[in-house]
Amino acid sequence: MANAKTNLATPVLSISGATFGYAETPLWQDLTLDVAPGEFIAIIGTNGSGKTSLLRAILGQEQLRAGTITIAGKPIGHGSRRIGYIPQHRSVDASTPMRARDLLSLGLNGHRFGLPWGGRKARARVEHILDCIEGHDLADLPVGQLSGGQFQRFRVGQAVIDEPDLILADEPLSALDLTQQAVIAELLDRERKDHSAAVLFVTHDVNPVLGMVDRVLYLAGGKFKIGTPDEVLRSEVLSELYGSPIDVVRNQGRVVVVGTQAHDHHHPDHDHHPDEVWN
Amino acid sequence: MDWSQLFNFADYAQLLPLVTNSLIAAALLGLTGGLIGIFVMVRDSSFAVHGISELSFAGASIALLIGTDVVAGSIVGSFVAAAVIAALGSRAKDRNSIIAVLMPFGLGLGILALAAYPGRTANKFGLLTGQITAVDDTAIGWLIGITSFVVIALALIWRPLQFASLDTEVARARGVPTRALGVAFLLLLGLAVAASVQVVGALLALSLLVTPAAAALRVTSSPKLAPVLSVAFALTASLGGILLSLGGSLPISPYVTTISFVIYLVCRVIGGRRRAVAK
Repeated sequence: MANAKTNLATPVLSISGATFGYAETPLWQDLTLDVAPGEFIAIIGTNGSGKTSLLRAILGQEQLRAGTITIAGKPIGHGSRRIGYIPQHRSVDASTPMRARDLLSLGLNGHRFGLPWGGRKARARVEHILDCIEGHDLADLPVGQLSGGQFQRFRVGQAVIDEPDLILADEPLSALDLTQQAVIAELLDRERKDHSAAVLFVTHDVNPVLGMVDRVLYLAGGKFKIGTPDEVLRSEVLSELYGSPIDVVRNQGRVVVVGTQAHDHHHPDHDHHPDEVWN
Repeated sequence: MDWSQLFNFADYAQLLPLVTNSLIAAALLGLTGGLIGIFVMVRDSSFAVHGISELSFAGASIALLIGTDVVAGSIVGSFVAAAVIAALGSRAKDRNSIIAVLMPFGLGLGILALAAYPGRTANKFGLLTGQITAVDDTAIGWLIGITSFVVIALALIWRPLQFASLDTEVARARGVPTRALGVAFLLLLGLAVAASVQVVGALLALSLLVTPAAAALRVTSSPKLAPVLSVAFALTASLGGILLSLGGSLPISPYVTTISFVIYLVCRVIGGRRRAVAK
């Protein structure tokens, strides 16, 4: 166990008996999940089902009510260098004085004290990532001038540049059109394979990553289901999860989830019923 | 108006040796203000500079009244302001309202102390509008101490502070102590403001701590070029202001603020043209 990184038996991320939220209305409870190195897991659920809270708990930014989370066998602190993170929303202001390449170098050594003199090794690493994400032409532009898709390419590069064991991606496709979604999803998949990192991918549409995911974690109404897409994305499974009839339709390789009942009596706070979430 | 009041270079050669201390002070302030100004800009803290400088003025005035060291009083005032802003204003909106509440209180307190002070009026106005021609050897000692501490500390935390300021969410996920860095930044800013209040006065601290960096960021997004330009602009304004003010009989501050402002205007025009070309 001396070197967890090379030991395939040690899960990258281990969540055990985790409960989050208030006692009467838990977002999810008794969640147990071991993520193997290189595994791609999609976290799916409606708004308010606790997807982002789960990521924040993994990052040590929010406390669990019960249970533990460890990263490569160690308890979480506040953030971790073993994690590459792609935040929800753009989260960088358009007038920010930063070039696209600076996003990459901050991802590589932004945590280190001292002046921003990268050295030859760091520069070479940035150049390599620019190759991977085909970002050379954009590297010296201020980040405010990048389009949504271009910006997410650099976010993917930033997430893998320090060779993390685990990538947490919080709805990285939400602001992109369908073509861009496919481009970014494939880029993330290729990069994480090259860098053998596991991925937790939060999304409310599984379709752009359907061909890549190993397992799906489906959160709904304080409950959850884990398994392969074929095991979880089924009418009877989701109907049980939501406590109301749900139809899962597969159409030309896409998955469509349709709620057949307008109101969910068990969870009146969740007004985003699945019939309007996926298409 | 007699123009020789503004510009009169008849006895320039004899005057120059008399202001060596002032030139050293101006150079130190230009360096410090230019560097920390970059972070004031990227952290959107211009208003904090203003708020801290009013409380610094109050601290200095009270020190003058009760006969203790004015520099020490000014630092205490700065730290009180920085601590209050750090403790209460983690969100930008809260921060601005807290500063707006602090500022008039500090100014009022300072004016009260000055009104009660029986000494010369020149000392009184110096704290508000600057008294760089009166920098004696003790004051220079203080200034060298404060500014070198600020510059060295800033150099040590430069990279993580940059990460935390430009890309907060990812920095936190990667384990960068963003909150502690924010507090450290405010304390360093407090010291830099206290130093400026001694020389350019509380009302004009912004012209050395904000304007040069704002100008630099108009013309470059490079994280290395921006501080270099910012320092160059701040030095031009502070040293140029002293050299010009020698020729007239007016206080130094209008010269410093005017040079600073003109540099900003020029950079705005250049930056605007560049952006137009890029589109």
